[in-house]
Amino acid sequence: MGMSFFTPLSWNDSGFILTGVLNTVYISVVAVLIGTILGLAMGFLRAEANRFTNTLLGGVLDILRSVPLIIQLILFSTYIGAMGHPLNPFVAGSIILSLYTMAFMSEVFRGGFESVPQSMIIAGRSLGMSYWQTVVYIRLPIGMRAVFPSWLGVALSVIKDSALVSVIGYMELLRTSEQLISRTQQPLKILIGVGIFYFIISYPLSLYGKYVERKMAI
Amino acid sequence: MIKIQDVHKSFADLKVLKGIDLDVKKGEVVSVIGGSGSGKSTLLYCINGIEKIQQGRILVDEIDVHAKGTNRDKLRQRLGMVFQQWNSFPHLTVLENAMLAPRIVKKMNKKRAMEIAKEELNHVGLGDKFDEYPTRMSGGQQQRLAIARALAMKPDYMLFDEVTSALDPELVGEVLDTLRMLRDDGMTMICVTHEMAFAREVSDKVAFFHEGIIEEMGPPEQVISNPQKETTQKFLSKVLH
Repeated sequence: MGMSFFTPLSWNDSGFILTGVLNTVYISVVAVLIGTILGLAMGFLRAEANRFTNTLLGGVLDILRSVPLIIQLILFSTYIGAMGHPLNPFVAGSIILSLYTMAFMSEVFRGGFESVPQSMIIAGRSLGMSYWQTVVYIRLPIGMRAVFPSWLGVALSVIKDSALVSVIGYMELLRTSEQLISRTQQPLKILIGVGIFYFIISYPLSLYGKYVERKMAI
Repeated sequence: MIKIQDVHKSFADLKVLKGIDLDVKKGEVVSVIGGSGSGKSTLLYCINGIEKIQQGRILVDEIDVHAKGTNRDKLRQRLGMVFQQWNSFPHLTVLENAMLAPRIVKKMNKKRAMEIAKEELNHVGLGDKFDEYPTRMSGGQQQRLAIARALAMKPDYMLFDEVTSALDPELVGEVLDTLRMLRDDGMTMICVTHEMAFAREVSDKVAFFHEGIIEEMGPPEQVISNPQKETTQKFLSKVLH
């Protein structure tokens, strides 16, 4: 009789796996969205600010970019918990992952804003546009096109980095698979499967990026 | 009328304009000539208030450009400007380039803005390029687009800053033709230019700039064909062969 302490992987697990996939997509979308919005604001500030403000902002962003994400996640969730305000893993993970994304996005967007030649902005002003109109109608669309490939690169790496949120207990794809592995003892099969899932999530995005890039190359 | 009175301008320690006086009447075409670094382009930037001045004043239809309360964004609607670099907006089609400012600055509705944009584009000979992206066009075409884009704001004055200097020689003609057409329309123009033949032909008045002052000014027959000052003669002997 092949009775075993472990139960093999079965179709009954597909719902559990799907939850993991969706949670990965969910937290990635939130982090990329919030990180992009904050990064845009921060990138603009850095492109416009004086040297003092720039050094200050640059320092904060450097910390976010240099400290490993996994350490930021553990520090933040432990500290918040210890302060008596435990956050659920999704919220804590979203906050840190969004800030981490912001730090990288801000450099991308700063480059975008700075890539628009001053002469083009002056051309806009000479047509009667206000400062903000040149930001919205000239610098934003032209600068953002220039940095779209870099933006996509950051977004794709955030999707993969979201696996680290598993360390604070968020049930995303990696953590789901770890639980399945400890139950089934079939790590190879499961991890290959997880890898394929990440690929399926990321690859269409990078294809879309190439498509947009080609379309914009006019 | 544009009145420029005793205008001084410096960048840090560098004095670029050292007391410029110049009147441009309605319908007049004034050409500004002179060597590089003589302050010609800077004067245009001061007229539309992109650059500040340190002394003197500039009046556009009696509005003091550099006075504290002046709404310069609004004033610039009357002062079209075209630059050495055409600065087409690369993310917009030709038609959209010409429609943008009327739409967002004058808050015109789309239909009206499109009418005006098409009219001006036809005027400069770009009637078959509405849906083209400017980066696919030649420098001469893009420069004509820049002119149409400025004209779509229905300015009272046009300022041209060496608009043919960055063009391949074979493209200069089409842009100068466009300027001639504007003069024939009665547009008031200040042209900073290195095209002496053009300046002689179209100008009512030529101002020769030298080291931040107007060294010699008068009708083109005098300043270009029969200069009185030695510096003017020297400059012209270098540019006219």
